[in-house]
Amino acid sequence: MKILVAVKRVVDYNVRVRVLADASGVDTKNVKMSMNPFDEIAVEEAVRLKEQGLATEVIAVSCGTSQCQETLRTALALGADRAILVETSADADFELQPLAVAKLLNALVAREQPGLVILGKQAIDDDANQTGQMLAALANMPQATCVSKVELTDGQARVTREIDGGQEVLSMRLPAVLTADLRLNEPRYVTLPNIMKAKKKPLETIKPEDLGVDVAPRLKTLKVVEPAKRKAGVKVTDVAALLNKLKNEAKVI
Amino acid sequence: MASLVIAEHNHASILGATLPTVTAAAQCAGEVHILVAGHNAGPAAAAAAHIAGVSKVIHADGESLAHGLAENVAQQVLALAGNYSHILFAATPSGKNIAPRVAASLDVAQCSDITKVVSADTFERPVYAGNAITTVQSSDATRVLTVRTTAFGAAASLGGAAAVETVAAVADSGLCSWVTSEIAKSTRPDLSAARTIVSGGRALGSAEHFDAVLTPLADKLGAAIGASRAAVDAGYAANDLQVGQTGKIVAPELYVACGISGAIQHLAGMKDAKVIVAINKDAEAPIFSVADYGLVEDLFVAVPLWVQTA
Repeated sequence: MKILVAVKRVVDYNVRVRVLADASGVDTKNVKMSMNPFDEIAVEEAVRLKEQGLATEVIAVSCGTSQCQETLRTALALGADRAILVETSADADFELQPLAVAKLLNALVAREQPGLVILGKQAIDDDANQTGQMLAALANMPQATCVSKVELTDGQARVTREIDGGQEVLSMRLPAVLTADLRLNEPRYVTLPNIMKAKKKPLETIKPEDLGVDVAPRLKTLKVVEPAKRKAGVKVTDVAALLNKLKNEAKVI
Repeated sequence: MASLVIAEHNHASILGATLPTVTAAAQCAGEVHILVAGHNAGPAAAAAAHIAGVSKVIHADGESLAHGLAENVAQQVLALAGNYSHILFAATPSGKNIAPRVAASLDVAQCSDITKVVSADTFERPVYAGNAITTVQSSDATRVLTVRTTAFGAAASLGGAAAVETVAAVADSGLCSWVTSEIAKSTRPDLSAARTIVSGGRALGSAEHFDAVLTPLADKLGAAIGASRAAVDAGYAANDLQVGQTGKIVAPELYVACGISGAIQHLAGMKDAKVIVAINKDAEAPIFSVADYGLVEDLFVAVPLWVQTA
């Protein structure tokens, strides 16, 4: 069984993003870029399933500009066997949106016939939390989002999901789409020998047209601005002063 | 055309997240209908009929809808979708799970976590953990939206008198089945709706300390308990207590951050609180930049002292 894992190149989670003065977006030039953290968990899970003998091949996919090759090399260094880049326009005005990514992934699902597709639950740039569910709909597959545990047996997946107030367990037939939550696993560190090995693994580049997918955005970004800032507060000297402020000034206790 | 709100419910009653979603729906289109898709969910449908501003309740009832499975609920929504210009879900774990399945099936984009309805086709939503607010315009015929519930006032749960129309439940998809759920029983207020939240970070040091130090203060204040991602990662607190970009977004009257440094992704989840208190022994912690009242002190000293103070 093949596993397809989707990975996204995003602004590193430690970077404080700046909104551009012309309100066209955020500054992504000269900032550190990394693999979306939830996608790293997705890759790790796929590699572990292969190491347990439950999968034969892990294929990493990324959709975006040619720089996403770096992200794919990271996935290969984590243990993916080969990679596919669906290369889209590098034009600064072009925005690749979740529905388009889901369509690209769906076309690759048709080509590769994986038994499982794993994605991160959410990308930390657009915070959309859509792509996995959209892919599941397009491919008519069962879905489990926010997954914290996966068990595979006899063409079925038994999956634990994080839900409001606790967890639920679902049983689904394969192929299925899973999205990874924080507690699914702790990704391994990429080692230097594995980075070297990753350089030799196959990385195929294709275009959306090759897959017959229209990736034109459906949502037009009119402007991007900074959120309203909170007013700076005050420091209090001790607990008594704090409680006095909360009772008499803020009136919240 | 009308808006359709997908109700959050537990079959017996309507959950709080539905009410701000109704408010957002009314701003999108003149008429608001609400879908209650459940099993033996008559009481929830009856309650939905009382929500102010709702003109019709559509009640679909069947075993396929007993566990809120995305595959089945999405089909139920799709069976109705043709009648609506806007389809709205609360941006809760359930809404986020189902909405994109509906949007993709309709071949339309989804706008996630909207915080403002600018016009019928234009919406504001936060990106980059709330560090930027983007205004987007949809070119699709049907707009599928998830609603950040803290950004909209709750519609009144009483005062409406909508008609309840029953529709047939969709057949089970056969793709997925529910096995079991484990819901932690808690007498505390729900984190998403709590008036006061006491939240703990990595500085608590262990699950035992997390409980022992924060529970008495939460009891005293009648508060929900929250946690930073660092505390959840370290295993001090349950995942569903996580406040932040990828956890819960909260906007209580009072948020007490204990031993939380204030990482960007945590601030994203709580900076809309009316009053923020930070207790941290590191005077340089970023949490102090958003706190209304900052106390630079060891939480293991300050929190018990607060609990003891009448």
